Amino acid sequence: MDNKNGKEWDLEITARSKALEFNFKEIWRYRDLMLLFVKRDFIAQYKQTILGPVWHVIQPVLTTVMYLLIFNRIARIPTDGINPTLFYLSGITMWSYFSQCLTHTANTFIGNSSIFGKVYFPRMVLPISVVISNLIRLGIQFALLFIAIVWFDFHGYPLTLSFLWLLLPVLVALIGCIGLGLGIIISSLTTKYRDLSVLLTFGVQIGMYATPIVYPLSYVKGKGYEWIIGMNPLTPLLEVYRYILFGKGTFDLYSVMYTLGFTVFILFAGVMIFNKVEKSFMDTV
Amino acid sequence: MSTVIKVENLSKQYKLGKISTGTLAHDVNRWWHSIRGKEDPYLKIGEENDRTQKGRDEYVWALKDISFSVKEGEVLGVIGKNGAGKSTLLKILSRTTSPTTGSVKIKGRIASLLEVGTGFHPELTGRENMFLNGAILGMTRGEILKKFDEIVDFAGVEKYIDTPVKRYSSGMYVRLAFAVAAYLEPEILIVDEVLAVGDAEFQSKCLGKMKDVSRNEGRTVLFVSHNMAAIQNLCTRGIYMDKGRTIAIGNVEELTIQYLQSSKLSNSTSLSERTDRSGNLAIKFTNVFFENDRGQRLSSLITGQTVKFVLLFEKLIKDTLRNVIIALGIDDAYGNRITNLNNEVTDQIFQTVGNSVHSIEILINNFPLMPGKYAVTIFSSANGEVCDWVQNAFGFEVVSGDFYGTGKLIAHGQGQFLVNHRFKLNMDTSA
Repeated sequence: MDNKNGKEWDLEITARSKALEFNFKEIWRYRDLMLLFVKRDFIAQYKQTILGPVWHVIQPVLTTVMYLLIFNRIARIPTDGINPTLFYLSGITMWSYFSQCLTHTANTFIGNSSIFGKVYFPRMVLPISVVISNLIRLGIQFALLFIAIVWFDFHGYPLTLSFLWLLLPVLVALIGCIGLGLGIIISSLTTKYRDLSVLLTFGVQIGMYATPIVYPLSYVKGKGYEWIIGMNPLTPLLEVYRYILFGKGTFDLYSVMYTLGFTVFILFAGVMIFNKVEKSFMDTV
Repeated sequence: MSTVIKVENLSKQYKLGKISTGTLAHDVNRWWHSIRGKEDPYLKIGEENDRTQKGRDEYVWALKDISFSVKEGEVLGVIGKNGAGKSTLLKILSRTTSPTTGSVKIKGRIASLLEVGTGFHPELTGRENMFLNGAILGMTRGEILKKFDEIVDFAGVEKYIDTPVKRYSSGMYVRLAFAVAAYLEPEILIVDEVLAVGDAEFQSKCLGKMKDVSRNEGRTVLFVSHNMAAIQNLCTRGIYMDKGRTIAIGNVEELTIQYLQSSKLSNSTSLSERTDRSGNLAIKFTNVFFENDRGQRLSSLITGQTVKFVLLFEKLIKDTLRNVIIALGIDDAYGNRITNLNNEVTDQIFQTVGNSVHSIEILINNFPLMPGKYAVTIFSSANGEVCDWVQNAFGFEVVSGDFYGTGKLIAHGQGQFLVNHRFKLNMDTSA
């Protein structure tokens, strides 16, 4: 070979993978792909439907009506003095954002194995695109929530707009990160153990009841199972979220710090496991 | 020219059988070895990848110690039987899977056409899919926009560009997919059997494009195909693999001949013991021999002589078979189908084949093939059901003979078969 001395290779493929490599530059180079995946998800989801993206609005509305009936009228669970409609609608909006981020990123490897088997691109592009498309959905649903808040402002439930609203994006980012982190861990593990994808469906359902979505945290105070809900890192986020929107919520500094720690941990662990699996998952899938 | 791909001691191990049973135990064992700083205990085991035998071992080496390098602008043909490790090699190069040991060093952007149309979504239009597919293959939006017209033109789908691809015919679909991939501009292009799709015109268009890419634009191409004619036509150098190892690297003409001889003509297993056959085996071919018109057995056939192919078979079903069709496809040494002998075209479908029948004879007068080596695929069916179908069931060699009754033959390289013909001078009678 003519150039032995100090040759520069653009790429070296070896067996070993770096555990904590998160190649921002490469992912940035594939940003067009990321956006196209987002577009694909959106277009494909509502092709050949009459209402199209209106479904993003109908889903939370119908769920709110259902919760109003079951949890408010039948079970008579209090809502911390917040207007019940707004209480449920706000909870559903945030929870569906989290659960969609989680379940769709958890499907990264299995659902896209046909693409992954044929071409290389940074695998992380897909879960990130899932989060982005869920952000858009959240945006639409949040607009609906805001309209509802304004509507109730005219009908006797005053709107409490404050600078705290500026913290909402931080909250959304944290919830997205937890969903992404957990999702990519599950997606990495399901390449070997498929049982997890079945478990996940249950997990998300149970998770909703272990998070203050249909009840406020104050409702479980002093009850025997309070610690389970306290362990849930999403709990403080939901309470902070309601505090920002409606001025009512139960949280303290410790619980928020706990959630922050958990988010960082789960994100690092996720990236680590994802990196390890992405190199070899085609052999086990 | 500089080296753009350097493969060093590349190996890839696969685990056979059910993935989920025992993997946890093996994972734990591996982990236990690794924290004590010992070698992975499963790297030492594993056998060659021979698909005709059932493996005794759970681990198999799909690639074992492969080393080679490719220079800029070269078109490297990768040849080998199924299971030789060709696809595994390309998968590692295109980074869809990682090697077990060894390394690959690459200079420049690499893109693969392992299968065209990756990521096509049926609900999206041709235009949307072009952008999505292009982006998956590593192009930016700007790059695709710049080539948009060229791609659409190459694929010939202008009229349907805003129709969802689920309404496309399969031909249109493939053409669009290939066009996107063909207009990628990577320094290294990996192509695997894409030429098996599309009609003849499109295939030659693709071959032309690949030639263009390598000769005129100086790109490097790695090409895997079972079509030896395409390999010879395109490639400048070849690598011949078998059971995960490199058998030879070098001149592509020599390699293709070496490959074809090993895979077809020196198949040592006798026909009756072959297992790579399909059908219900109501008829099972057991042996083949050749006779001349006096009933003498021939070891090789002679151009221009009368030849009989005699196919011996067993009937594994006691019932009388009806509407029996027999066909023999004859391929030349490069895998091109030369002709097909069958009793459908001669209007001789056997209405009944009883138990007393044990062989079939095919008579060919004035044997027209030029000297060389040939391989024959045999096929039989009864009442529309396939009985026995063996690819490359046997081979034969033709030696030169007196076809025209003149003691002369056409020159080597002037064709593959001979046609009886007469010449005549026509006089101008009015003069």
